[in-house]
Amino acid sequence: MEVRRHDIVIVGGGGAGLRAAIAAGEQFPDLSIGVVSKLYPMRSHTVAAEGGAAGVIKPNDSIEQHISDVISGSDWLADQDVVEIFVNQAPRELVQLEHWGCPWSRMPDGSVAVRPFGGMKTERTWYAADKTGFHMLHTLFQTAMKYGNVVRYDENFAVQLLVHEGRCQGVAALDFRTGEVFPVVAPAVILCTGGGGRIFAFTTNAVAKTGDGMALAYRAGVPLKDMEFVQFHPTGLPDTGILITEAARGEGGILVNKDGYRYLQDYDLGKPVDVNDPEHPRKSTMELGPRDRLSQAFVKEQAKGGTIQGKFGDYVHLDLRHLGAKRIHERLPFIVELCHEYVGLDPVRDLIPVRPVVHYMMGGVHTDLDGATPLPGLYAAGECACASLNGANRLGSNSLTELLVFGARAARAAVEFGRQNSALATEALAAQAADQQRQIQERFSRRGSEPIARLRQELNEAMEVGAAIERDGEGLQQACNKVAELKARLQDLRLTDHSTTFNTELPAALELENMIDVAECVVQSALARTESRGAHQRRDFPKRDDQQFLKHSLAYRTDAEPRIEYCDVTITKWPPKERHYG
Amino acid sequence: MADENAILEVFRYQPDQKSEPTFQRYEVPFHEEWVVLDALNYIKDHLDGTLSYRWSCRMGICGSCGMMVNGDPKLTCSVFLRDYHPQVMRVEPLRGFPVIRDLVIDLDDFMNKMTEVKAWMIPKEERSIEQGEYLQSPAQLARYRQYSTCINCTLCYAACPVYGRHTEFVGPAAIALAQRYNMDSRDGGYEERAETLFDEHGVWMCTFVGDCSRVCPKNVDPAAAIQQAKVSATKDFYRSLVPWGKRRTET
Amino acid sequence: MSQVQSHDSESSARGDHAARLYHQPWPSDWWLRRASFTLFMIREITAVFVGGYAIFLLVLLFLPAGAFQAAVQGPVSAFMHVIVLVMALYHTVTWLNLTPKVLVVWRGEERVNPILLTAAHYVGWIVLSLVIVGLVVFLAGGGA
Ligand SMILES: Cc1cc2nc3c(=O)[nH]c(=O)nc-3n(C[C@H](O)[C@H](O)[C@H](O)COP(=O)(O)OP(=O)(O)OC[C@H]3O[C@@H](n4cnc5c(N)ncnc54)[C@H](O)[C@@H]3O)c2cc1C
Ligand code: SF4
Ligand code: FES
Repeated sequence: MEVRRHDIVIVGGGGAGLRAAIAAGEQFPDLSIGVVSKLYPMRSHTVAAEGGAAGVIKPNDSIEQHISDVISGSDWLADQDVVEIFVNQAPRELVQLEHWGCPWSRMPDGSVAVRPFGGMKTERTWYAADKTGFHMLHTLFQTAMKYGNVVRYDENFAVQLLVHEGRCQGVAALDFRTGEVFPVVAPAVILCTGGGGRIFAFTTNAVAKTGDGMALAYRAGVPLKDMEFVQFHPTGLPDTGILITEAARGEGGILVNKDGYRYLQDYDLGKPVDVNDPEHPRKSTMELGPRDRLSQAFVKEQAKGGTIQGKFGDYVHLDLRHLGAKRIHERLPFIVELCHEYVGLDPVRDLIPVRPVVHYMMGGVHTDLDGATPLPGLYAAGECACASLNGANRLGSNSLTELLVFGARAARAAVEFGRQNSALATEALAAQAADQQRQIQERFSRRGSEPIARLRQELNEAMEVGAAIERDGEGLQQACNKVAELKARLQDLRLTDHSTTFNTELPAALELENMIDVAECVVQSALARTESRGAHQRRDFPKRDDQQFLKHSLAYRTDAEPRIEYCDVTITKWPPKERHYG
Repeated sequence: MADENAILEVFRYQPDQKSEPTFQRYEVPFHEEWVVLDALNYIKDHLDGTLSYRWSCRMGICGSCGMMVNGDPKLTCSVFLRDYHPQVMRVEPLRGFPVIRDLVIDLDDFMNKMTEVKAWMIPKEERSIEQGEYLQSPAQLARYRQYSTCINCTLCYAACPVYGRHTEFVGPAAIALAQRYNMDSRDGGYEERAETLFDEHGVWMCTFVGDCSRVCPKNVDPAAAIQQAKVSATKDFYRSLVPWGKRRTET
Repeated sequence: MSQVQSHDSESSARGDHAARLYHQPWPSDWWLRRASFTLFMIREITAVFVGGYAIFLLVLLFLPAGAFQAAVQGPVSAFMHVIVLVMALYHTVTWLNLTPKVLVVWRGEERVNPILLTAAHYVGWIVLSLVIVGLVVFLAGGGA
């Protein structure tokens, strides 16, 4: 078995992973950087992000304002030192991306354009039409190609963290082409594996978003933080869950119920301004409220009977028609394309059916503001990490910027750590990888009786019901029981493909295992948090409880269900208040 | 409607078992709203777990799911069963590429080409972060925008008879990406890219069939990019003949 | 010399697997298998006729007047001219339709509609042809 050695190994080639790779590759040309990714990097789901990336750049905006928006958006569960660092570094990172060629949309004077986004009191979201993530990812990927010291392992699946004497020193990776498991070792590893929305049935997330990095860290003893906070985006297309970006509302789109009524006004989100009024859309109110509040308003409207019944669940309408063809085509071309292709509608003339859809995980691998996890040598950045920027609810367009800021920070910290701790127990690590190869072979040559698809579907259904926008103790307990049952049934998985060349069933099985671990942390953390905060709404505990729960949850792996502990939120200058929109 | 079945004939190549490819026939329930990829997923989940193919986003943006459907290169997440049914659908790997297994093609050659043409920004003038963004007018952005929307799905390569017979041809998407940077007002890398773009495997191999642009799912129009690169190269040539012909500065 | 490195080439396991790639054949009648390919081939072949005719004309110019007359008169010549005309028309039309790919005209942020460009070329072509026909008729009339 060949051992690949690098100075740092990055797992994941999405926005966070590529930013980390470039940060290390550019600043330290003498270092060798390995990037292990189960997808070709430009296929990563960052590619699907539409709306934009937040960063203070215009004179009418201020750092303080962005900080305050993030903190209240997070329902005070964000660590305020992290927020400050993030907001301060955001503009630099976005300018850097501009220098690398990102085709940001422009003002007539040639400066970059910004648009309003939910929960932001000033417009500060940079965008490249409505394909922002696509352009960011391709810019990063193309830029990364020019660094000779960035070595890619495309279509290689990280199956295990290699930990020796309390230090993470690499990963074991499964090469899809050969079926071989081999060690990629380095004194520092950065997880950038993205979110895990696929644990739910109805999601905007790509099939690859199975929470792998979270599960890898979790199994290595690192806690997963704030996993109960799952973001539901208010506007997904029924059936496919394809996202209709918040930018559609940032540009002035409105949400209406079955009677054409702007129902959000009934749910404490401010008063509507007429769509022809120059004041519209008023920032941080109505359609531009935060996502948690909008999705919750949908559920209440549904209970009231205001939504429309459809073949694929209840929905409301997103109305863009008043924006006019020119603006829609210029600012939202991808939305036009998606509506046309997948639902046969033209947003210039038609109403778009939308309903809340699982979109993003606020929680993730517990890290500090440099991406360092409690396990020495292990770092994490991007959606798989939880540096506690987003707290209980992420504001739209902060994630893309987060990838850049924390991807770069984690890389620098990891390089530094690697310099101080360069010794590697190569033989022991290789033995671990060999053992992993054996285990995989052994487990998957067994012929069980449970098809992957069935277990996955049962998991999805349990999460959809138990961990929905509104939850309660009973439902969560049922979900916990179901997940525990599925975990047991995993032992009897049936694999039919025993070939080693591009076997796609094997990774699907590994992903299912990861999803079950991640789902267990979500439901157990949610069960333990007996309050309502941000995206976590308990019918049986409808109030925020700062006394007990102004705290991050930490889920630790045990032999049975995870052990939930709590740690403090860092509050510096912004003491908790009531959240107010409108 | 679900009691009707749609029929797919899928290309199978399993190097671990057989050395010759075959076609396998599957019947899946017909749903009006299913894309071809949904049918493949149904096969994978319910009929035959050994079928291998790539996909990820299911919204036509990641570029993973390109295959030949009844002889045409398509993103299988963007074409519907209803576009073909009741006709049998013949699903094959993208033409012109070596096949690793079933519907999975080898992309190494394409990935190398993206590097060869230096599809990244080579700035005309350096600028520090403190100096802020380069100014670029909406009109300047419009010049290259279309070429920047390539999703690297390689459908255009599968459509290109030149690439089909001579894989050394740089090919449509890589040239479009090079042109994307050449036409960017911030970029100054034209001369560097010219080495590969205008050498014997570059734009001049293109015989202008134009199918790349017809099959491109994102309307990138790589054929136009190639012809425009040819025009630039021709202008350069004539300029180089006359003593006052300056080196080109802008596209 | 920045080159992205991919570990494939170094890996021996991958080396074995490279040998097992299936290379899809490219059929020799590829241009018959797709309408757009066939039309392309016809376009390319018509170029031979157009080019050939140009040479024919050049040769004619250097012939004595009598031989010229002989060469352009008679049913064989007429037939040949019709064929060449059809080929030339096909070639011209296909090329004019392709002009927007070669020629992109911008007005500010907006691209001038390619259809307009093609239309302008057609108009130019027709006008030019009429002028030539007019000239020929005029010269023929004057000559008589
Ligand atoms: C439809 C959609 C629209 C969005 N729009 C916006 C927006 O407008 N603004 C905004 O700020 N945010 C947006 N988001 C959120 C944001 O896009 C994501 O949070 C972000 O892109 C995640 O990036 P990442 O780099 O962490 O992960 P990803 O881009 O998901 O990349 C994960 C990488 O890890 C690799 N990987 C995963 N598991 C393994 C493994 N086991 N082994 C090896 N490699 C592995 C994958 O191959 C991939 O390269 C959107 C999200 C979605 C789904
Ligand atoms: S140019 Fe079009 S067809 Fe070719 S790779 Fe890009 S998006 Fe795909
Ligand atoms: S699955 Fe992403 S383009 Fe089809």
